[in-house]
Amino acid sequence: MHFLEKKIREAKAAGRKALVPFLTAGYPDIATFWPTMMELDENGADVIEIGVPFSDPVADGPVVEDASRLALSEGVCLSDIVKELKSRRGLIKAGIVLMGYYNPFLQYGIDNLARDAAEAGVNGFIVPDLPFEESGPMREALAANDIALIPLVGPNTSVERMGLYAEQGQGYVYVVSVMGVTGERKDLAAHVAETLNRAKSVFSLPIALGFGLREPSQLAELPTDSLPDAVVFGSALLKHLAEGKSAADFMGRWR
Amino acid sequence: MKKGYFGDFGGCFVPELLMPPLQEVEHAMSDIMPSSGFQQELGDLLRDYAGRPTPVTFCPTLSKELGFNLWLKREDLLHTGAHKINNALGQGLLAKYMGKKRLIAETGAGQHGVATAAAAARLGLECTIYMGAEDVDRQLSNVRRMRLLGADVHPVQSGSRTLKDAINETLRVWISNQATTHYCFGTAAGPHPFPTLVREFQRVIGREARAQMMEATGRLPDVVVACVGGGSNAIGMFHEFIKEVDVRLVGVEAAGTGEPGCFNSAPLNLGTPGVLHGNYTMLLQTKDGQIEPSHSISAGLDYPGVGPEHAWLQKSGRVHYGLVKDANALAAFTRLCRTEGILPALESSHALAWVLGHVAEIGSGKTVLVNLSGRGDKDMDIIRKALDGEGE
Repeated sequence: MHFLEKKIREAKAAGRKALVPFLTAGYPDIATFWPTMMELDENGADVIEIGVPFSDPVADGPVVEDASRLALSEGVCLSDIVKELKSRRGLIKAGIVLMGYYNPFLQYGIDNLARDAAEAGVNGFIVPDLPFEESGPMREALAANDIALIPLVGPNTSVERMGLYAEQGQGYVYVVSVMGVTGERKDLAAHVAETLNRAKSVFSLPIALGFGLREPSQLAELPTDSLPDAVVFGSALLKHLAEGKSAADFMGRWR
Repeated sequence: MKKGYFGDFGGCFVPELLMPPLQEVEHAMSDIMPSSGFQQELGDLLRDYAGRPTPVTFCPTLSKELGFNLWLKREDLLHTGAHKINNALGQGLLAKYMGKKRLIAETGAGQHGVATAAAAARLGLECTIYMGAEDVDRQLSNVRRMRLLGADVHPVQSGSRTLKDAINETLRVWISNQATTHYCFGTAAGPHPFPTLVREFQRVIGREARAQMMEATGRLPDVVVACVGGGSNAIGMFHEFIKEVDVRLVGVEAAGTGEPGCFNSAPLNLGTPGVLHGNYTMLLQTKDGQIEPSHSISAGLDYPGVGPEHAWLQKSGRVHYGLVKDANALAAFTRLCRTEGILPALESSHALAWVLGHVAEIGSGKTVLVNLSGRGDKDMDIIRKALDGEGE
């Protein structure tokens, strides 16, 4: 079983949802990014997704895009993220996933990236602009280094297309809750349960729900047998941090 | 060849949530586009509404000065002022056949926005145009035209607030509205199937031009020249000639001011391969893969990427891609106005400027066909400022 799958299964065995915070690299600023990572890790994060900034984040809403632009203006780049992670990985218990757009990964060199990321202790990648049809080279390079390429599926992903991802996927499945970009929303749409059920019928991997999550009470709207194994929160956490509040405080709401 | 690829270039690098609507467009291309009903209706629209066929015009004065025969394909005479209407009508009609109620589109200078707004009005579709906030300020008269044509113009505040950000925003909006909405992509770039779809709607340029040149001169031209931003007018013109190995094809990119290290819009000449807006192509980017800002005096060429088929035509060697600076485009603009009484768009002026700069290379007695992709009325403010600046 892949390390990321194991992390989420362990949380489930302990009777809770796995918590998967997303934090853009270099956010809230360069000085506080790694302390914030440590704080997330110490306060119940099972997996942490580190956002790799890109100039043209087409699947992201304004909060993540602004964080990404801020990080770029401060000079945050993929090679530094990997280097800095390598020196700190031993201190972090959570699984580590890099989430970012394909072009920075491609320019780094897919094979070099897979090797360096493995040495730095990265467990998975999420690449929002890499659908199944284009994912072969990246998935193979990562698999050779025991790194998962996490599938992303959504409300309009058919059983057939989910099946394509299920054959190759590792770690967990990221279910996008809404037909839209990242960002918190007041209500989970009615079709979320249907999407989760469809994903559960196709994948044997744990299911993580993301895009639009703001507070735990949103999950109460879902029928028990539709509930995900893990929850991902990005924009809501970034906003919380931007208001000067602590990561520990945010995690406390979800634990 | 892998589906949606031109050699190494192209593909479909988009979020999974955009795969179903892109596949829907792909199916419409194979099921609806070839049908006689669709072709008949599009043909009628192009003839009776847009003003096709456009003529080819011989330039007597310039030809005498240059020592070879210069012909222009007159896309500037089309309704809304440029070749963009060919694609907007094609995709608009396809969207209608697909049962969509609304068109959304990005625009930079506003030409594709105006063409899409006009097509939507004509076809009874709703229309929203996304335009970088910087461009909204720079191209106010086109914003007014779009609004008069019934489109909702939405300024995009994110990123560099220009064309590339408008494309990002339109893709985002499409994710949320795909059931009712078609994204009328403006150039032969973007994710598969857009590079092919847009080319198919622009191929009418080359088809007509070839037949017209045969009729007028009894032979194919020696050189065919077109400007390349995203590259839709060029691919529409070139495609008919690609198999004619004796016809030299030249695409012209915008070099910007031409100072060393200046911002430019020439990814084929000055960029590196990478992925932006859903396709693997030549890009202006940093070594870390961040997209760099582009610049050209011509707003319609101002884009850091280029259609993937051009990237392939360059790599395969079939098409030569040249560079033209802002100042030379401006000089070509002025010269065509005075010699032939035609006021070209600054985009098309780049294509003409390449010809004016390669007189000896082309050689006397040859026949040169330039795609005059649009008219320059939209550029009056920019041209006035630039020419005033020269006079100071």
